[in-house]
Amino acid sequence: MQRHVIWIVLAALGAYATGVIAFTRGEPVSALWMVIAAACVFLVAYRYYALYIARHVMRLDPARPTPALYRTDGLDYVPTDRRVLFGHHFAAIAGAGPLVGPVLAAQMGYLPGTLWILAGVVLAGAVQDFMILFVSMRRDGRSLGELIRMEMGTVPGAIALAGTFMIIVIILAVLALVVVRALADSPWGVFTVAMTVPLAITMGVYTRWIRPGRIGEVSILGFLGLMIALVYGQSVAASPFWGPLFTFTPEQLCWILIGYGAVASILPVWLLLAPRDYLSTFLKIGAIAALAIGIVIMAPPLRMPPLTQFVAGGGPVWSGALFPFLFITIACGAVSGFHALISSGTTPKLIANECDAPLLGYGAMLMEAFVAIMALIGASILDPGVYFAMNSPAAVVGTDPASAAAAVTAMGFPISADTLQQAARDVGEATVISRTGGAPTLAVAMAEIFSHAVGGAAMKAFWYHFAILFEALFILTAVDAGTRAGRFMLQDLIGLAAPSFRRNDTILPGVIATGLCVASWGFFLYQGVTDPLGGVNTLWPVFGISNQMLATVALMLGTVVLFRMKQERFAWVTLIPTVWLVICTITAGLMKLFSPDPAVGFVAHATRFSAAAERGELLAPARSMAAMRQIIRNDWIDASLCAIFLAVVLSLMVYAVRSCLAARRSAAPTANEILPDAVPAE
Amino acid sequence: MRALFRRLRDTARLMVGQPSYDAYCAHMAEHHPDRPPMSRADFFRERERTRFGSGGNGRCC
Repeated sequence: MQRHVIWIVLAALGAYATGVIAFTRGEPVSALWMVIAAACVFLVAYRYYALYIARHVMRLDPARPTPALYRTDGLDYVPTDRRVLFGHHFAAIAGAGPLVGPVLAAQMGYLPGTLWILAGVVLAGAVQDFMILFVSMRRDGRSLGELIRMEMGTVPGAIALAGTFMIIVIILAVLALVVVRALADSPWGVFTVAMTVPLAITMGVYTRWIRPGRIGEVSILGFLGLMIALVYGQSVAASPFWGPLFTFTPEQLCWILIGYGAVASILPVWLLLAPRDYLSTFLKIGAIAALAIGIVIMAPPLRMPPLTQFVAGGGPVWSGALFPFLFITIACGAVSGFHALISSGTTPKLIANECDAPLLGYGAMLMEAFVAIMALIGASILDPGVYFAMNSPAAVVGTDPASAAAAVTAMGFPISADTLQQAARDVGEATVISRTGGAPTLAVAMAEIFSHAVGGAAMKAFWYHFAILFEALFILTAVDAGTRAGRFMLQDLIGLAAPSFRRNDTILPGVIATGLCVASWGFFLYQGVTDPLGGVNTLWPVFGISNQMLATVALMLGTVVLFRMKQERFAWVTLIPTVWLVICTITAGLMKLFSPDPAVGFVAHATRFSAAAERGELLAPARSMAAMRQIIRNDWIDASLCAIFLAVVLSLMVYAVRSCLAARRSAAPTANEILPDAVPAE
Repeated sequence: MRALFRRLRDTARLMVGQPSYDAYCAHMAEHHPDRPPMSRADFFRERERTRFGSGGNGRCC
């Protein structure tokens, strides 16, 4: 009993903190209550739920050799200290998702997002990561597609692979869109981000020929270069000659990114991709740590109300009501299907002992949820008027301070045009109005928090651009690396029909696959950039649905494996989140398809525009018949995409139910675990 | 203190896909004394190629 006392105290403190953020009305709540609530909930969940799953559901066995032990080769399979591996795994799963989603979700107030992140990660997200890590660790560290094939069959495996490729395309498009929105008309931001290319090439040459493998020193040199670019960027932006050269419209940036993505993913990796990966990874970890420290030092009050009137729908940032759209808007941070690919990637090949799995699978995901909570805090400490002016589409708030102030005040968040102009001046930008996509909002919040600790108001502009650089840098690295991953995936998929397409000793297949991959995400990026509602409005829900769909697939695999292990009495552990996610993704997918509200349903929107086009009318924002036709075509493509995602979930559900029933009929366990002695050591 | 520093360094290197070269050398000495191990630079390049090659580890959104 005694050893439980401290955990009971933690649980009580967590419950109290959650009560404070949930029930305080009319007076500002300190952000620290959110930090305390999250920390207590996560610690208690880890101590009890993760260990319960480890001991009773999975029955982890410390004596059983892991792939890192029985296949050890010093390269892919290496038994690794769990603390070192935790850093590796966390760096691989934490990206832009947990930063952007919660910022967008703040339009409903801070409470719904907080509760979903806390409940979602404990019961769904961390369970999924942990479960897939376990399944892969017991099967040689194989990938998600292979695991599904082993446990559910060839057809479900192929369906899951094709679905994964589509998710990658959507992720790349939406991430690139976030960067476009953050850098449009911002010469300071564009200059610093552009400078990362020559810097990375210099670093690449250094690690290639001058001092091979010296990651530490080359990263420090690169970081110094970045800081110089960041400081110098202000003068570049102010210069009458250089400023306009680095000022781009969203459409120009879109084409630059598409061209850049194509070139960067074909170049030798040591030249650009690998060195920029060092910069972005270390900057990401450093900035996240600094943000945590900054929030604790500053203890800012939450200025966003706990709930806004947009809970019922009709919000300007994204369309739809709390259910189901909140649960797909915050995907990463609560539950992210993409993690199933990471948990079945390099991490399971590096685990030294089965009992390290809870820390890596469950623990690292809790850390990511903490990042999501920090992003939500960031969005909530801003003046709600500034938040809505930044995140509403130009079609709603216009482009000048007076119209934005009037529109946002009319929403019920009073703000003056002067305040908006001052906010832009503070961060060294021409305007903050309609800077959608989440990244600029988070950057303003980070500037607020960092300048409180270091430099005061005079440093705000520097910190804002530091935050933009940090976000843009790792998003761009994800875009390059993702394009490469998509290219290899496509080469494999096409290679099923034409085997010669898999060859990498000739240039052509790689170039064609890269071109196809870039064209796919470039198409959605262009659609988002030219979308009058800002693009994020349309693309983020599609991304959320696809990501949750992959999570559903991963959790279904987990359920099937539990049934096949004859552990079905514990299957509720994965069944509860599976059922919840199936309800959310299917409802959201069907609403995106068939909702009669044109702001939500793609088909309704297309029908409205088609009817107008037939009458020869132009509907805003289209200014020509060609634009009308483009909007209609985009709607139908988005609708088809949603339909495909729905089909993937439903078909895999049928296969999962069949596999579970078959496993129940069998008297003995049927799980295809790979036994250590079946594989000869390297 | 030195152990902590080494662990932090290993963590940082593994975050960018570089496992421990010492562990690799130890493995080669124990299991394949007949084969010469790769040099530190070759090991670095081999891991770099694998990280961004076909079947390399992805990263999250």
